[in-house]
Amino acid sequence: MDSIAGKKSSLTWAVNIAVVALVALWVFPTLGLLVSSFRSGDQIASSGWWKSMLPTEQTLTLRTAGGDDAELIDGLYTVSGNLFAEEGIEPLDITAYGTSSRAVSAFGPGEVADMGDGEIITVEANGDYVFTSEEEMSGRGQRVFVSAETPPEFTLENYDNMLFDPSNIEGMSKAFFNTLTVSIPATIIPILVAAFAAYALAWMDFPGRALLIAAIVGLLVVPLQLALIPLLKFHNGIGIGKGYLGVWMAHTGFGLPLAIYILRNYMVGLPRDIIENAKVDGATDFQIFTKIILPLSFPALASFAIFQFLWTWNDLLVAIVFLIDASGETTVMTKQIIELLGTRGGNWEILATAAFVSIAVPLVVFFAMQKYLVRGLLAGSVK
Amino acid sequence: MNPALQGLLTIVIGVGGCVAYFYLSNLFLDKVLFPPRGANAGRNINRANMIRPWLFLLPALLALGLYLAYPVFETLRLSLTERVRGGGYEFVGLANYRQMVSEPKFWEGFTNNLLWLIVVPAASTAFGLLAAQLTDRIKWGSFAKSLIFMPMAISFVGAAVIFKLIYDTRAAGQEQIGVLNAVWLSFDGGPGSFIWLRLVPALLLLSLAVGAVALGWSLLKPVIGREGRSPGAVFGALRLLGVALMALLALLMLRQIVAVFATDFPYGQPQTWLTIPFWNNFFLMIVLIWIQTGFAMVLLSAALRGIPEETVEAAIVDGANPFQIFFKIKMPQIVGTIVVVWTTITIIVLKVFDIVFAMTNGQWETQVLANYMYDKLFRANDWGVGSAGAMVIMLMVTPILVWNVYNARKEMR
Repeated sequence: MDSIAGKKSSLTWAVNIAVVALVALWVFPTLGLLVSSFRSGDQIASSGWWKSMLPTEQTLTLRTAGGDDAELIDGLYTVSGNLFAEEGIEPLDITAYGTSSRAVSAFGPGEVADMGDGEIITVEANGDYVFTSEEEMSGRGQRVFVSAETPPEFTLENYDNMLFDPSNIEGMSKAFFNTLTVSIPATIIPILVAAFAAYALAWMDFPGRALLIAAIVGLLVVPLQLALIPLLKFHNGIGIGKGYLGVWMAHTGFGLPLAIYILRNYMVGLPRDIIENAKVDGATDFQIFTKIILPLSFPALASFAIFQFLWTWNDLLVAIVFLIDASGETTVMTKQIIELLGTRGGNWEILATAAFVSIAVPLVVFFAMQKYLVRGLLAGSVK
Repeated sequence: MNPALQGLLTIVIGVGGCVAYFYLSNLFLDKVLFPPRGANAGRNINRANMIRPWLFLLPALLALGLYLAYPVFETLRLSLTERVRGGGYEFVGLANYRQMVSEPKFWEGFTNNLLWLIVVPAASTAFGLLAAQLTDRIKWGSFAKSLIFMPMAISFVGAAVIFKLIYDTRAAGQEQIGVLNAVWLSFDGGPGSFIWLRLVPALLLLSLAVGAVALGWSLLKPVIGREGRSPGAVFGALRLLGVALMALLALLMLRQIVAVFATDFPYGQPQTWLTIPFWNNFFLMIVLIWIQTGFAMVLLSAALRGIPEETVEAAIVDGANPFQIFFKIKMPQIVGTIVVVWTTITIIVLKVFDIVFAMTNGQWETQVLANYMYDKLFRANDWGVGSAGAMVIMLMVTPILVWNVYNARKEMR
């Protein structure tokens, strides 16, 4: 817009950098969890996740072969071989080594280390060493501290354990299906109920309509905390207690004001001509609704469906009050994560994986249907 | 029965039942009750059209009434009663409320909620406005927007885990795996530390205090007759209440500014962030701000795009710089949207539960009302005091409720 006046804004660069910083700040937390879920518990505990992309430096304590293997070459007792082969571990690239615990990286690979008393050792980058001594050696081999770079390493093991290991009692697979069982009916049922009501509020004339709309706007903000005890009493009273039926009904009730509000706002905007023409042609209200209004309102229906799905999937409070009983058979993922936070607070590989399993589905829905979500937000916030 | 099967069955019964209800009830109305035939055809059509809206509305009204309207009154009733042994309830008047206000935990939750109410909507709106304004001017703006918007899809519990990793603490000497501690340990008490740890927080607190004072002053002005006609008794009282709250907050902020300069920071020692009183509230708020900024950005970005180009062009021709354009031309035109964003986030803040429940459970002085209420209802099993707590939340929402209804009615006329 600034270019209208004929000059390109000098701020463009600053704006770009500021947006990069802002986006980085917003993505960074999620990225941390995602990366952590692909690292083993030891890796998470030994270095920050932001270092995991780079090779990590670690220091190992290795030993040469013992004095019994020494051969006399050119008047010097000599032991040679490969440090990694002696210990039976995977060879690494050595960046530095040392012979004293006070200076573990005193020498570069290939440099000659003089330890005094006529003892000399040389270690190559691949771990090959030659250790010579003027006097006869005995006992265990010489200690060598090597610094080596280990390449970044990621694993799928956490997800495998979390989802497919039947012996893992903290597994999320059952909770995953429970969450799905809660959220799908709780998304579909309110849509239909709300659509009919929204049609009546948008296109039918009857006394008290304005009052009803106002009441629905009011109910939009009623905190659901108020509903917990009265409804739990009610559910116990009619005999459904805690369970899926109760949680579906609760989500339906709590989602209705927003659903009616979004759908009504959308339906009011539909062209009047279509509806009046249909009426002239003899269509009943029921036909107008199912054949004309419902198909035309698809964008609004999709918006609300996404909202309701995200809300029911991510919900904790309604689930712990109306669904999860003492047996814990019907636990949902959010509740499961809370449990893990309590019992496995330090085991980040478990926590990170569990959390990512639970946020993966909403993220997919979000990125796939962002257009409808934005439209719903713009329609759903009370103006 | 398998829950998945039960779910499927519920969908079929629920959807089928709804369709059948709507279809059959309309059929009944048109064919049996008031058929548009015979001698009274005209009268029957009119009557059918009077009844039909209520057929369409009935299921929704039942659900709304039962699940939202009835609980408000039932909770009010419960808050005035006490459960007696062996079942039944006893009317105890305001005893529950009296017990509640005598508990320090309640006041802790109440003041923390006030702090949340100021900080979270303000910060989310400010960041959202910044993001909206910046991303609107660059090519990859929509991509940037969707990344900032992404936390909206993440559950509060998931976000709590994400931020617990950031706030994680290891013993001194070990490698820190929480970002915040890693950053903290890079401070050593030099001038950089002074700027970032004393000056910047103090300035932030000062701006918050100034904001609270400004808001309080704008609430006070009509009451003392400095501006416009004076409000009625009810609104005057509400405004005075707001003024008192703002004054309290400003005082709180000023006290903390002194503390920021007075305290000795333990440099080089890893901190357990969530256990530092007062400041841990902010660490929890950051989670909600992180989530809600995307929401604010989307709404404000749409509002910014809705601004007529001519007004901006005219300002540019008149030689306004980008900052003047933003604050003097654009801001006044999107004030309505800012109010919408602010009130929406305020309602979310009032109901905030999951974040506190998952991260601290109200320990270390981070209690909020929703969690206090949950504690009372389901841990202490004290329905009376719990309901009283819920009524306090309802009371705090009521001004927004009234304002929304008022606006909706104005719009419809």
